[in-house]
Amino acid sequence: MTKFFKLLCLLILPASAWAQPIEMADTMRSEGKIYVVVAILLLIFVGLITYLILLDRKITKIEKKLPPDSNS
Amino acid sequence: MKTWVKILCIALLVYTIVGGFLLEVPRLNIVNESIRALYFHVPMWFGMIALFTVSLVYSILYLNKPAFKRDAFAVEFVHAGIVLNILGLTTGMIWANYTWGSPWHGDPKQNGAAIALLIYLAYFVLRGSIENEDQKARLSAVYNIFAYAAMIPLLFIIPRMTSSMHPGNGGNPGFNSYDLDSRMRLVFYPAVIGWTLLGVWIAILRVRVRFISEKLLNLEHD
Repeated sequence: MTKFFKLLCLLILPASAWAQPIEMADTMRSEGKIYVVVAILLLIFVGLITYLILLDRKITKIEKKLPPDSNS
Repeated sequence: MKTWVKILCIALLVYTIVGGFLLEVPRLNIVNESIRALYFHVPMWFGMIALFTVSLVYSILYLNKPAFKRDAFAVEFVHAGIVLNILGLTTGMIWANYTWGSPWHGDPKQNGAAIALLIYLAYFVLRGSIENEDQKARLSAVYNIFAYAAMIPLLFIIPRMTSSMHPGNGGNPGFNSYDLDSRMRLVFYPAVIGWTLLGVWIAILRVRVRFISEKLLNLEHD
């Protein structure tokens, strides 16, 4: 009887653990992990744009060092 | 370029990347998910046309009344346009490899785009071969008008007269049914505006660098 009970426990316990889906932060893993690709692309894009903005500011700084426009 | 235009450009492109991958698209055979490449490949060409058109306008303005600034705009907009052209060609080759079967399919529009690239590269060959700055600017402005006039039939007329695998070509003008899909329009038009603005932004940065070097040159002469 005890043996049978132990066997029953072994069979049922894991099953009950699987019975209901456990909520986790699954957004990034759903739909074939497409969100991961979007995150990577966004990071690259933000990096490139930041670089472009810094370049823009650097050029502005140099422009301000030069004497103002005369006629050209 | 105004700051709000730059912010608009960034916002539209972020929307393009997020929406372009996550929003619904039509389910079609062969193209499958690669239909999303429309949001990235086609705007390269729209952007290129926009930049080349700006360059053409400045070339005409230059011939009307020569000024260093007009020449600078004409050169740098061609320069940025060529970058978009090369990106359009290479992304098209990747796309064609998996949907048409080979990267270079000899499609009339593909060939036309490659010839247009060569024509515009010759613009820089011409500029590089003339020493005198005024002559360089004037001759290249004339050539630029010719280049634009040659590009339009190569990209928009010849592919429609023969059979092309690009949608909307080979007899049926306008957009094909799949890119007319209203769900795709929601991302496609913002994408076109966003990528075009990015091209304009980079071109203007290059114009400003050209102004700076010209100023430095003038300072040395004084």
